[in-house]
Amino acid sequence: MKSISKHSLPGPDDIVRFGTTNGITILGRSNFNSPSVVISGYLPAGSLFDTDELQGLANFTAMMLMRGSLSRDFQGIHNALESSGANLGISSGTHTASFNGRCLAEDLPLLLDLLSEGLRQPSFDAGQVEKLRAQLLTGLSIRAQDTGEMASLTFDQILFAGHPYSRPEDGFPETIQSITRQDLVDFHSSYYGPKGLVISIVGAIDPDAAITQVQRVLGDWENPDQSDTPDLPVYKPLKKSKTKRIHVPGKSQSDIVIGSGGPKRLDPEFLPVSLGNSVLGQFGMMGRIGDVVREKSGLAYYAYSSLSAGVGPGSWEVSAGVNPSNVSKAVDLIRSEISRFVVNGVSSEELADSQANFIGRVPLSLESNAGVAGALINIERYSLGLDYYLRYPDLVHQVTTQDVLDAVRKHLDPELLAIAIAGP
Amino acid sequence: MADAIFKTKLKNGLSVLLKEIHNAPLISSWIWYRVGSKDEPTGRTGISHWVEHMQFKGTPTFPSAILDKAISREGGMWNAFTYLDWTTFLETMPADKIDLALSLEADRMVNSVYSPQEVASERTVIMSEREGSENEPLFQLDEAMQSAAFTVHPYHHEVIGDMADLNSITRDDLYDHYRTYYNPNNAVLALAGDFNSNTMLDRIRTLYEDIPSGPTPNRLNRPEPPARGEHRFSIEGPGETTYLQIAYRFPSANDPDLFPFMVLDSLLSGPSNPSAFGGGGISNKTSRLYRSLVEKDLAVGVFGSGQVTIDPFLYTTTITIQPNKNREDALIAFDGEIKRLQDESIPSEDIQRAIKQARAIFAYGTESITNQAAWLGFSEMFSDYQWFESYLDRLANVTSSDIQRVAQTWLLPGKRLVGTYLPDGKGL
Repeated sequence: MKSISKHSLPGPDDIVRFGTTNGITILGRSNFNSPSVVISGYLPAGSLFDTDELQGLANFTAMMLMRGSLSRDFQGIHNALESSGANLGISSGTHTASFNGRCLAEDLPLLLDLLSEGLRQPSFDAGQVEKLRAQLLTGLSIRAQDTGEMASLTFDQILFAGHPYSRPEDGFPETIQSITRQDLVDFHSSYYGPKGLVISIVGAIDPDAAITQVQRVLGDWENPDQSDTPDLPVYKPLKKSKTKRIHVPGKSQSDIVIGSGGPKRLDPEFLPVSLGNSVLGQFGMMGRIGDVVREKSGLAYYAYSSLSAGVGPGSWEVSAGVNPSNVSKAVDLIRSEISRFVVNGVSSEELADSQANFIGRVPLSLESNAGVAGALINIERYSLGLDYYLRYPDLVHQVTTQDVLDAVRKHLDPELLAIAIAGP
Repeated sequence: MADAIFKTKLKNGLSVLLKEIHNAPLISSWIWYRVGSKDEPTGRTGISHWVEHMQFKGTPTFPSAILDKAISREGGMWNAFTYLDWTTFLETMPADKIDLALSLEADRMVNSVYSPQEVASERTVIMSEREGSENEPLFQLDEAMQSAAFTVHPYHHEVIGDMADLNSITRDDLYDHYRTYYNPNNAVLALAGDFNSNTMLDRIRTLYEDIPSGPTPNRLNRPEPPARGEHRFSIEGPGETTYLQIAYRFPSANDPDLFPFMVLDSLLSGPSNPSAFGGGGISNKTSRLYRSLVEKDLAVGVFGSGQVTIDPFLYTTTITIQPNKNREDALIAFDGEIKRLQDESIPSEDIQRAIKQARAIFAYGTESITNQAAWLGFSEMFSDYQWFESYLDRLANVTSSDIQRVAQTWLLPGKRLVGTYLPDGKGL
């Protein structure tokens, strides 16, 4: 059994975690090997708050925050960032709006000023609203031509019909057209606030100094109107397989997404399913799926499986890009591979391979400041404990082939698949 | 950047570069071959990239099914890239597992099998890769741009190759290409990470020094004649978005004009990363073109790029036109910014800003051992590591008049191409 040299992994000895009186959680870890710093974080202002009529509002709002504040206009913000070789972006996911940035250590105060101004005092300049609207609409017309994105979007619509997870975070042209400046202002005042805000700072800075700096810019933020996150509606799994084809004319390749629901991040079967997914469509050259679809059949450049597990119900997807004349053949191959997987599960050798991979790749995934910042956010988002990465090898090793088989059968049923195909 | 680099050449001609970095228990190993799409004559386009793929198909010692599993099992990451001038294979591994990567690269430098069955299945995989790219309007435009810009030089075609050649290249063509270019004397092995250089060099000698050297392959040398005036073209395809692309010749890696051009690029369309790997990530919203195109509602996005290459390649600006706006207006605004560069001196603070941006890009790159190893070998493909180490200093020496001279010399209307991707049915 392999182990990881523990001194290199983040743990309670070198992660600093601090809660402010106004509800912010700050995480920090030093790395003086490079003169740079990464900040990463989130707050509960995601697209779950969007109404059906205004889908894309959360994302539109998040993207406006770096386009003008009460202190600086668009050029002022980006001149400060780009003159320092720094970057900072704010965007929205389903549950949370998130921010990511990096800079040379000497410019961290500037980066935090810009973050605070964006989160607390956006100006929603009317001209910038229209510029961003034009960019979002162009992005949506490009999305409509992207076979991979359209297959993925359609897959979510089949799998999560009636659930907010069925909706794309970037909305639709008609909803983006109908969002007003006042909608953006209202969304911001209702959902942006310090409650539930998490920020991690990793790099060439002492964590205590990082906490002081965050307190300086966000410690006095209050928003008495900040709403609580709504409860997720109950997810109703598919009762039978469903296939939907999206016609994207003039393209050379079709994209396929096939799959089912998956576990939540905190479900006990999350790790067994993750290891099973590795065998199915990740390990080596894209696992068993890659082996049958790419290596043996030569049908696709990419063919793999992936797991999406978060706060709510997850998804388990197999994706492939194939020549339009090979769609049926590829779908059949993938379905039969899923069937075989559900019947037989994984061999002990396959499981051992993927366990070794999961443990062995940890140092590489935590090599960069962004990798560590992401790990700290992961720990906080799911309350995994500061010692999570130290316990991780044991958690991985505890999983048995029977655990994997049970978990796979709970989530993957070859007779209950969502199948989305986008292409000419 | 001042950390010691150990550099040597083995008896068989293999160049070795080693850089000890003890921040994390990782080692990244990159082997670079001096072969890329620039070495492909008509009828063989795409062969270098296909050979790169075939290198994952196994040797008698490391059959393909064992190869990828062995790396994954150890928690390693591996990949390969083929570009205009080079092909590279990399592994980043836990430090105590790097021997696997070194052994397999030594083995597949000479022992890859190229079985006909594997060639057949990889042919359709690569065709599928190309079809995936063909789905993208900007691939279509880039391909049309390269083929219009280079009528003689082999930069004429995309790395993936033409479909006609992907249909006709044979197993023996692939094997010949492999045996011609995959020699120790045509390769550079670069490692960075948690090792002792002396011990590592001993191990490398053991694994690599007995591989016989081969004839040094000739690289295709077909210089592109000077342009004879502006070339305009348009292509059509599905979608609703119009893209405008303007391309000028870009200085080769060893042309001193490259450095003023990099500063010029930073001012015009935001900083580019001189390395093909890592770093980057600085936006361009205060660049001159963003201000005159996006801020003026003519475009929804603009980006520029110049690649560091052996022969002069292209400096390309790609503009995503706002719906319902005229691409000619965007071109007029673009021309206004080029003229400004040619006519007006550049404030020194603008140059200082470009240098700070480059310093930040370098700092971000040093977070990753994989990137640091990449830089070692990448610079050897057109110069040597000194090129990289002196990069920031050479940028710092750039003056306003250098930039103006470069703008006046390289950015001439008679030396450029203007290409447009138009939604179907919207052509002239």
